Amino acid sequence: MDSPSSTIERLPAPKRPGGWSIPGWGLLQGLAVTGRNMVESYYKKERMTTIQYPEERAPISPNFRNFPFLVFDTDPAADLRCTACSICEKECPPQCIYIVLDRDENGKSLKRPRVFDIDLSVCMNCGICAEVCPFDSIYMDGEYELSTDDRFGGLLFGLDRLAKSAEYHMKLRPEQATEVMARRKAEEEKKAAAAAAKLAKAKADAEAKAKAAAEVKPEEKGEEV
Amino acid sequence: MISDSSMLYSTPALETGDDEDQLLRVSLGPQHPSTHGVFRMNVVLDGETVVSLKPVFGYLHRNHEKIAENATYLSSMPYTDRLDYICPLSNNWAYAHAVEKLAGIEVPERAEYMRVILAELTRLINHTAFAGFILGDMGAWGSALMYAFREREKILDLFEDLTGARMMANFMRFGGCRNDLPAGWAMKCGKLVDDYGPFLDEMEKFLVGNEILLARTQDVGQLPKDILINGGITGPMLRAAGVNYDIRKVEPYGIYERFDFRIPLGEIGDCYDRIMIRFLEMRESLKILRQALDQLPEGDYIHPKAKIRNFKPPVGEAYGRIEGPKGELGFHLISDGTTNPYRYRVRPPSFINLTLLEDMCLGLDLADVVIILGSIDIVLGEVDR
Repeated sequence: MDSPSSTIERLPAPKRPGGWSIPGWGLLQGLAVTGRNMVESYYKKERMTTIQYPEERAPISPNFRNFPFLVFDTDPAADLRCTACSICEKECPPQCIYIVLDRDENGKSLKRPRVFDIDLSVCMNCGICAEVCPFDSIYMDGEYELSTDDRFGGLLFGLDRLAKSAEYHMKLRPEQATEVMARRKAEEEKKAAAAAAKLAKAKADAEAKAKAAAEVKPEEKGEEV
Repeated sequence: MISDSSMLYSTPALETGDDEDQLLRVSLGPQHPSTHGVFRMNVVLDGETVVSLKPVFGYLHRNHEKIAENATYLSSMPYTDRLDYICPLSNNWAYAHAVEKLAGIEVPERAEYMRVILAELTRLINHTAFAGFILGDMGAWGSALMYAFREREKILDLFEDLTGARMMANFMRFGGCRNDLPAGWAMKCGKLVDDYGPFLDEMEKFLVGNEILLARTQDVGQLPKDILINGGITGPMLRAAGVNYDIRKVEPYGIYERFDFRIPLGEIGDCYDRIMIRFLEMRESLKILRQALDQLPEGDYIHPKAKIRNFKPPVGEAYGRIEGPKGELGFHLISDGTTNPYRYRVRPPSFINLTLLEDMCLGLDLADVVIILGSIDIVLGEVDR
């Protein structure tokens, strides 16, 4: 611990330059500060910060996060991006997400949620669900006026209130949404290309097989003979 | 007044029998504005003099450590915001530091700089708010707190731009930070740092010559160094008594070796020194901030291989500590190789600083108790956890 250190200079009671002290001189100095602040608050622009809330609103910052929402591309019922993988359900710190996977009559997974509930009264707006989602499906909203007079139904957000369109996401967070859309598009193209390649390969394989079979056949015949 | 550590355990027994009528038991709190939250003190008074003081706390207990053991490592990050809710980003860093030690994760350069900037801004917030609170404890409701909170709000605006929330930041990640600085953020921060010096000048002019403040804080609540060290006191409380102990210098974490700053030390360790030491620390923080903003490099804000989902550190244990605004903030983690910590323990500075409250208050007036409690700078979210 050989760090250079300064020591506090203990101030004696404030004295006037003449050498004798007036009781209360320090108080008067403090009052001068108060007075200047009071006067400044009437004419200085940066001091007049009050916003008349319901009539006017402060702009929210682009990173501002509040309650999460689910993204769908065109139709909330058909192409919700969520696949009900429950990663967000597991990672959610206050455990406020409840997901039930949708299955068809044979019990096969349909890769979409039948129930997706988030309890607003428990959610702490941390944004971890949005961070861990691998399907670009859940994002944080900028909506902050969520109070309601129905404390049970009104605070439980189901699929109908959570699902919001990709356009909404684009409007809310243009940068993030643009990046996500570009990535998804690239992935889709890659997938399509891969599928096409697979198809072509399968076709080529089949052809090669047929050719091989055709080549093998005469020999087999020959052996038979 | 306690003069050496042998008297620590000699709290006077309460007089019983006829004399008991002479003593007055006061339950100060938990709904008392001077107790900084829900904190209660059972004080026994002889006239105005404190004979015994027993702190009662736990009103804000939230089971933080047990919840963390039943949640993944990442899930505990937002809960650390709620420990010391005045300075969430320091708590984030302490926890991330412990996990990085446990799992051996590297942090990129830029993220280290961002962390230093955010931690020092948090120190500014904490000490500024402290100046407002302690003046409130002395009866100056209003002005000082309003000035302090005005400046604090400017820093919180920066935090909101960066993290998305004023106070519940949830920003640090294992191996970096959650997102990069938005465009223009560093410039705004630089402007704030430039404007902060004049504000501190104003605040000092407002406070330090004030006769009421001098009369009420000088020679109030000091304890000898050895008692403070034995009591595990850290942070400005300890340095005000002249003990040169700051984890940024003693056991540098992050990139603190690269910055040129000093550790202010007091002499006596009374409430006055504790107030002044925080002002001097803010000046040093401004120095660190200027250097960090100048040197801020480009690069990754999080380690490219940092894992967010299914994060499993290897089996082992680690204790990560940082110099929080209130003292040594440490997290002790034991991992059994699963996604949840096996044991998760917080070393909260304001709780441990609070343990010597009775020793500081014995023999003084009840009005001094309020100031001494204020000078410890507790946040009940951290004390009760």
